[in-house]
Amino acid sequence: MTVSLADWFREAANWAFMIIAIPTLFAGWRTVTSNNIVRAVLYLVVSLAGTAALFIMLGAEFVGWTVVLVYIGAVIILFLIGIMITRAPLGVDADLSHARNVRTPAAVLGVLLFAVIGYAVIDAFENSMIEPFEPTATADLANLLFSRWVIPFEVVSFVLLAALIGGIALARKDDNGAQR
Amino acid sequence: MNFWLLLVIEVVVMLLLVLTSSLVVIYAELKAGSHMQSRIGPYYAGGRWGWAQPLADGLKFLQKEDLSPTGADKTVYGFAPYVVLMSTLAIFVVIPLGPDLVAVDLDVGVYFVLAISSLSVLGILMAGWSSANKYSLMGGLRAAAQLIAYELPLVLAVVAVVVQAGTMSLNGIVEAQNDVWFSLGSFDVALPFVLRGQVLGFAIFMIAAVAELSRIPFDMPIAESELTMGYLTEYSGIRFTMFFLGEYASMVGLSAIAATLFLGGYGFPGVTGTWANILGPGILIGKIAVLVFLIIWIRWTWPRLREDQLQSMAWTWLIPLALLNIALIAGFKVVF
Repeated sequence: MTVSLADWFREAANWAFMIIAIPTLFAGWRTVTSNNIVRAVLYLVVSLAGTAALFIMLGAEFVGWTVVLVYIGAVIILFLIGIMITRAPLGVDADLSHARNVRTPAAVLGVLLFAVIGYAVIDAFENSMIEPFEPTATADLANLLFSRWVIPFEVVSFVLLAALIGGIALARKDDNGAQR
Repeated sequence: MNFWLLLVIEVVVMLLLVLTSSLVVIYAELKAGSHMQSRIGPYYAGGRWGWAQPLADGLKFLQKEDLSPTGADKTVYGFAPYVVLMSTLAIFVVIPLGPDLVAVDLDVGVYFVLAISSLSVLGILMAGWSSANKYSLMGGLRAAAQLIAYELPLVLAVVAVVVQAGTMSLNGIVEAQNDVWFSLGSFDVALPFVLRGQVLGFAIFMIAAVAELSRIPFDMPIAESELTMGYLTEYSGIRFTMFFLGEYASMVGLSAIAATLFLGGYGFPGVTGTWANILGPGILIGKIAVLVFLIIWIRWTWPRLREDQLQSMAWTWLIPLALLNIALIAGFKVVF
């Protein structure tokens, strides 16, 4: 099913999508090209907020707010604390201006990744439409998560636990080690 | 009604409500604080009781020069107050003032509140970093460490309420508290959650809320005697006013959330149907006033905690207690 350009523009949802998607893309691009580490993180915030907005547009309210709570509210804040507590100069940081021999492969890799993901998504969903405008009931999501998907859910929490223990093991100061 | 017209009305009503209530709370703080210290406080402004003092302060801030330091990152510096104020104002979107008086009754209401209010840390870190001032950066970092530490007990206290109510919609939570809990003969008893075994949860929520507000005894981020004004040091004029109003608005916002989650929100015994819509806002504002007074009272009577005391209180006391609270509430829910 193909949509003509005029029809495409007549749909308000498409406008909303573009208004969200263009800043998201721009912020994503600035995240990797910015010359200042804190600014790069702040662009990442804009990009994540755009992603959350797209999830909400698709009716996945819970997922959208989870992106805000977990990624912006926790992960980004930890990024910022980590950066600011060590070294966060204002203005242009010369270390972040990469030479062309780094930029070109990175750009090629990015385009390739986009092509692979884009192909996979188009191949998997083809022309199937999502019924928008009817948000997923969070209760239904919870019922699925804790019945059919309960084992994957618990396994994921084990991965996090392992990461946590690894972090503690790395950061821990052994008494023996201190004396050596 | 037209969608856009309704939207404009909702936004205007909410803005007026939030800004007026912040001014009232600022005035209440000036007067209550003074009387707790055997002073009179503002007296002349407005002719009587100094009622116009917050307005006069506000106008004074507005006509001050909006300075930004030479070395500052101007864009980030300029955006920071908006992020803080936005995260505060957005809370009011989901607070129900009555069964039908709610801007948007989100399916994930409480979750939305927690997600959006966690954004204020971002604004504070932006303000602290972009000011190009060591006091500001220290203040911002302290604020972030504190807000992360107290976000956890806050969320865990809310989880217990969600378990007891069985829904995340704020309206649903209020309705769960208005439902009949048990009957004495023909007399139906409906109790708010704080009287249904959520005493611990309520205490944890209020402690964490005061810490989230960075008010005494948790005001290390702006500890005047150590950091001048913390992340606010360089701000002046309208941007300072935005932080200032934001602080008081979030006092009202968090009190409204606490009242909704634990004290039954707009509900009151015997008030049902249309009356709940008419009297609901007044009942909720009354409950908010009690909580706001409690927060003001704490500020004027407690000394400031030390940074390590603050952190150990959150991680070794509040979080384990909040987990225990969830276990107890969930246990009761399963048994009864």
